[in-house]
Amino acid sequence: MTSDLPPFDPDAAAALMLRHGHPGWLGMHYVAHGPDWVELALPWREDLVGETGSGILATGPIVSLMDMASGMAIWTATGEFRAIATLDLRVDYMRPARKGAAVNGRAECYRLTRSAAFVRGLAHDGDPEDPVAHVAGVFMAIGGAR
Amino acid sequence: MSDAALLAALERDLPAYARSLGIAIDSIEGGSPVLVVPFGEIVEGRPTVFHGGATSGLLENAGYAALRAALAREGRQQRLKPINVTVQFLSAAKSRATYARGRVLRLGRRNAHIEVEAWQDDRARPVATAVMNVLMAPADA
Repeated sequence: MTSDLPPFDPDAAAALMLRHGHPGWLGMHYVAHGPDWVELALPWREDLVGETGSGILATGPIVSLMDMASGMAIWTATGEFRAIATLDLRVDYMRPARKGAAVNGRAECYRLTRSAAFVRGLAHDGDPEDPVAHVAGVFMAIGGAR
Repeated sequence: MSDAALLAALERDLPAYARSLGIAIDSIEGGSPVLVVPFGEIVEGRPTVFHGGATSGLLENAGYAALRAALAREGRQQRLKPINVTVQFLSAAKSRATYARGRVLRLGRRNAHIEVEAWQDDRARPVATAVMNVLMAPADA
């Protein structure tokens, strides 16, 4: 499939894609990207904690963050925006995020086939060497193979 | 514990995140809670479709609610710590309420394994499923 559109730019796209809906409600924003990876951040918020009074972000918003970063990593790797659907997403929780800490999510698209995209990533609260969670996922193109 | 009392207790135990997302305990079926989340902008991904992260949030909370109900039946009070979750997305969850119910397949002393299904109109056709492993620590730890 050829396209006259400029290649997908996660920085510019984030301004639009993360403004509305679920990602907008969570307040996700763009941090950085490379040829096949994207890092987003999720600011801490009292109404997103997982255990009342703990001050620790719930796991749900971290799954949302990693799902979004994964999708954007795939569009960055392929260079084009097209509809994709998450098929399978696994999250291993290494440790709780620190109290009051924002969480960053970095996802890498490490393999692309005609209709599937494989991603892996991690969530951290400041030090990527000491992650909060590890993630692996598979996404499918909606509407058939490219 | 009566179903009504269990429902009230589980509703109280819902974390801030679950309440913010609009999750509520819909009913108790065979001693196990059914959770519901209405469709709205805060759960929306692609237009008119649930974001996978919102569906995952519902599944995880249904898993924890099922586990809390199982622990309550045994008179146990424990802190729950997530080990992992794997979510399978089977079909797009459209712009209407989504329900979820978990089944505790193993309840050990230190860990539990839970299977969760989410559905919309037809319970026989789940929109997403999850498997979760949860660590249980003493309530005072």
